[in-house]
Amino acid sequence: MESINYQNFRIDAENICVDYNGKVALYDANLRLKPGQICGLVGMNGAGKTTFFNALTGFVNISKGKIRINGESVRSAQKDQTIAYVPQNEGIDSQFPISVWDVVMMGRYGSMNIFRCPRESDVQAVKDAIERVDLTDHLSTPIGNLSGGQRKRTFLARAIAQRASILLLDEPFSGVDIRTEKLISELFIQFKNEGKTILLSTHDMIHVREFCDLVLLINKTVVAYGETSEVFTPENITTTFGGISPDFLFGPES
Amino acid sequence: MELCSFLTLDSFITDPLTHDFMRKALLMSSLVAAVCGFLSSYLTLKGWALMGDAVSHSVMPGVVVAYALGLPFSLGAFIFGVGSVALIGFIKQKSRVKEDTVIGLVFTGFFALGIVLVSKIKSNIDLHSILFGSPLGISLSDVKQTIFISLLVVILLSIFRKDLMLYCFDPRHAKTVGINVFFLHYLLLTCLSLAAVVGLQSVGIILVVAMLITPGATAYLLTDKFDNMTVISVLSAIISSLIGIYVSFWFDLETGGSIVLAQTFIFLFAFLFAPRYGIFKLKKLFAGYK
Repeated sequence: MESINYQNFRIDAENICVDYNGKVALYDANLRLKPGQICGLVGMNGAGKTTFFNALTGFVNISKGKIRINGESVRSAQKDQTIAYVPQNEGIDSQFPISVWDVVMMGRYGSMNIFRCPRESDVQAVKDAIERVDLTDHLSTPIGNLSGGQRKRTFLARAIAQRASILLLDEPFSGVDIRTEKLISELFIQFKNEGKTILLSTHDMIHVREFCDLVLLINKTVVAYGETSEVFTPENITTTFGGISPDFLFGPES
Repeated sequence: MELCSFLTLDSFITDPLTHDFMRKALLMSSLVAAVCGFLSSYLTLKGWALMGDAVSHSVMPGVVVAYALGLPFSLGAFIFGVGSVALIGFIKQKSRVKEDTVIGLVFTGFFALGIVLVSKIKSNIDLHSILFGSPLGISLSDVKQTIFISLLVVILLSIFRKDLMLYCFDPRHAKTVGINVFFLHYLLLTCLSLAAVVGLQSVGIILVVAMLITPGATAYLLTDKFDNMTVISVLSAIISSLIGIYVSFWFDLETGGSIVLAQTFIFLFAFLFAPRYGIFKLKKLFAGYK
């Protein structure tokens, strides 16, 4: 048998469990992703999608199992700025008095000195990132004055500025305008070509078919995982969503 | 004090300055206000108003015990302030009681303990000055402590200004890029306890929470930039302190209450007339006349 070289995997989560004060949120979950792969994370509300993200970023501790990021621990991935998290729009305080520029600059904090004084390279990285998401006209706009799509792009720019090789996106397409959706899908192709690894959670089944090479169906644990074409079947989806038929969820397949 | 003597603004301001205790009170209260105002931006954005209330009340037994043992009162206050937060966290984690309930019951428990201790320990502790503040009767050793603690808090907040902003805004991102969120959490709590300690000299334990949230709330209505918010918060806190002390001097009112009332009036003004977020939106009113 061939031995597995863990260095080959960007993300390697093995039998991970997470519980909050004894309440199990996720158990025996496995995931392996290579550079350039885009994986969709699909499940009901409360199925453990956000918990999965939190475990990968180290925001919650796993009670069992092992996570390796590029073959190393989560802690060293944090230090190396390997993972960027793009939150759901609902997950952030949109009334916080902060501008687009300041949010994107936060992507650079991890690699700055203790006072977080931006160097020239940081300023350039932020400029470039904002340009890539087409928000150059909104540099000093407070995030409270942005549309949902523009706010989403701001946080994408933060991830770009961070120069992370792994992107975790929580519902990247929810509540965004068509222009943003188009821009995000173009960025996905660029990211893929740059060899970045993307894990995105979504409710929209069409987006899974469109973007994701792989899909991970979860309901507290992994229901199915593999190539989208093989795994993303009505049967598996039904199981994932607790017995509700996919026809009911997104109409009969035509 | 004659009524006609402050009919001119000049004497209204300069007359009190001839008194040594007034100069000291004005300086010390401004310093304390600046510290609390600085911290206030973070607390209001983090949603820690109730936490501020809890910590400031919980320092009471610490102050009493420290006085009884002849230790610096700030030390006792600090231990009980941080202790109360640890206890809140512990009870929350180990029981099914909701967080706001836990906060409420822990801080009232500590506060009650403080009051009972005052009545039991016969000493020269003036309950009234602890509860309502006594900026006009501040002693020299208190002045030294206040200056030391204030500088400490200002230095800590200045160094970790941006990290704390990130922590309040998006702790998950902070954690993801390797910033020590645990440290920032306790740094903010430490600063909160210390600010409560110095704040209680100005306005007393009961009202110190106002010093910690009102300036931040006022500033929040006036700007969309974090740095501006901090500056406005500090300024409005200092101005309130000065107004409060002058008014209490001329009209013989309770000083702590006057300071907090001044803050409340400034908040109400912002609430009604803030350019963008006020009820009457001054900007629009002026635009209408053009």
